[in-house]
Amino acid sequence: MNEGRSGAGPLTGQRWKKPPFIASPWLRYGLLLAVVVYLYWTFNTLPFNWERIAEGLPRAARIFGGAFPPSFERGELMWTGFKESFQIAFLATLLGVFLSIPIALMAAKNLAPLPIYLLGRGIIILSRSFHPVIVAILFVAAVGFGPLAGILTLTLYSIGFVAKLLAEKVEEIDWGQMEAMRAAGAGFFKTLIYAVFPQILPRQIGLSMYQLDSNLRASAVVGIVGAGGIGSTLMNAFGRYDYDFAFAILILIVGVILVSEGISGWVRKKIW
Amino acid sequence: MLEISNLVKRYGNDQPVLKGLDLVVEGNTVVSVVGASGAGKSTMLRCINRLVEPTSGSIKLNGREQVNLRGANLRHARRKIGMVFQGFNLIDRLTVMENVLAGRLGYVSLYQALTRKFPQTDIDRAFHLMDRVGIAHYANKRADELSGGERQRVGVVRALMQEPEILLADEPTASLDPKTSEQIMVLLQSLASELSLPVLINIHNVSQARTYTDRIVGLRNGQMIFDGTPGEFNQEALDAIYGGIEPPDETGGEEQPIAEARTP
Repeated sequence: MNEGRSGAGPLTGQRWKKPPFIASPWLRYGLLLAVVVYLYWTFNTLPFNWERIAEGLPRAARIFGGAFPPSFERGELMWTGFKESFQIAFLATLLGVFLSIPIALMAAKNLAPLPIYLLGRGIIILSRSFHPVIVAILFVAAVGFGPLAGILTLTLYSIGFVAKLLAEKVEEIDWGQMEAMRAAGAGFFKTLIYAVFPQILPRQIGLSMYQLDSNLRASAVVGIVGAGGIGSTLMNAFGRYDYDFAFAILILIVGVILVSEGISGWVRKKIW
Repeated sequence: MLEISNLVKRYGNDQPVLKGLDLVVEGNTVVSVVGASGAGKSTMLRCINRLVEPTSGSIKLNGREQVNLRGANLRHARRKIGMVFQGFNLIDRLTVMENVLAGRLGYVSLYQALTRKFPQTDIDRAFHLMDRVGIAHYANKRADELSGGERQRVGVVRALMQEPEILLADEPTASLDPKTSEQIMVLLQSLASELSLPVLINIHNVSQARTYTDRIVGLRNGQMIFDGTPGEFNQEALDAIYGGIEPPDETGGEEQPIAEARTP
């Protein structure tokens, strides 16, 4: 009587196949065709110049060949660049984190009246809508080459990220504490200090650590468009065909970011 | 003396939660307000310190009208009304002392509040009251390290720090175990007579209301349907207040006043 378990049951003649992801065959094969046509069209219209690519490959090989071995000879220059990047990242983080607090409060639906809320959200959306490199280009044009452009860029970048996440935290605070402070006769600012800030402080410290790490990385990138720091040093090295020096800088950037990521990750784990 | 007359509260265009309530509380009586969830107990209490905006009616505390106060006047009126909450509503990450001193926020300057530089008289009063309820040794502990009963004591002391003329307690024992909740009721009762303070307690536990309070007010559907001494509160009154009511809905009813209170 156990054969149903070990062997096959009675044959039913029924077959089973996994139903297709897209049920309609027209849509299914139509989509496939559309992708093929699009790829064909793209490769035919984009100006890939295969000859130049073929010429470029040896050049790329020469660059990489020139980069080996990396040269750490001009350590002085590297140190100056990194120091400036650190300074830019620290200052921008401090400024950005500080400015993000009022903006986050403005952008929290439970605290701010509608016009203020919209203004706060607007600032956040604006500071998030462009990649730091584009912002850096604008600031370099506005205030000239150098670290100031970098600081302004990364401050804006920090506001966009920190204020957005902080506003979300403000929106989910325990309202009972607000109520208790208001019941004691506390005004708006005292209520903020007592009922809101203690609740959002751990998040804010975590965000700051994360942002410092992120700004350090971004400061290398925005330097390339002239906003100071190690990115500028890197760009100069490339401009003068000092590929071995450039490669040394790249290795160091990777190293520094690994270390900073490790540190900030550790701190965030401790306090989150 | 608290005088509530013809108090109406309506959320939006719904049925009013309070339908013309009248209540007078004199001297240092402890009054318990009983009623099913959604009967309007919480809304009534929150109308008194204006965490909820009354739709119409009058609330007078020692002759001063509470309805229609704005800005600084409203904050000054709130200082004189202590409130104890069901969920304690302590600032979890601050110390017990900071929580207690928060009861003085209506009196100190913004700078004093920010730097925690409270006047010595406030600190003396804080230690005295904390000693009275047995939590003085916790002064520098974080509020979230305390047990439920201890946290509610902090809540009570915070309310008393306001030097209130009346104490409101919104289901102060509902989050506590039976033994601790009896202790809190005893505490409220004795503090009322020590400080000659009228106390208004929303409560679900009818036997505690009978034991620890001087007067019981029963609400149903936003109307007062019982007002008398614990001796007069018989089975008939109990049925009138709770009879035929479905089990309380966890999400509706009583939650509403809290949501409403968000609008400044």
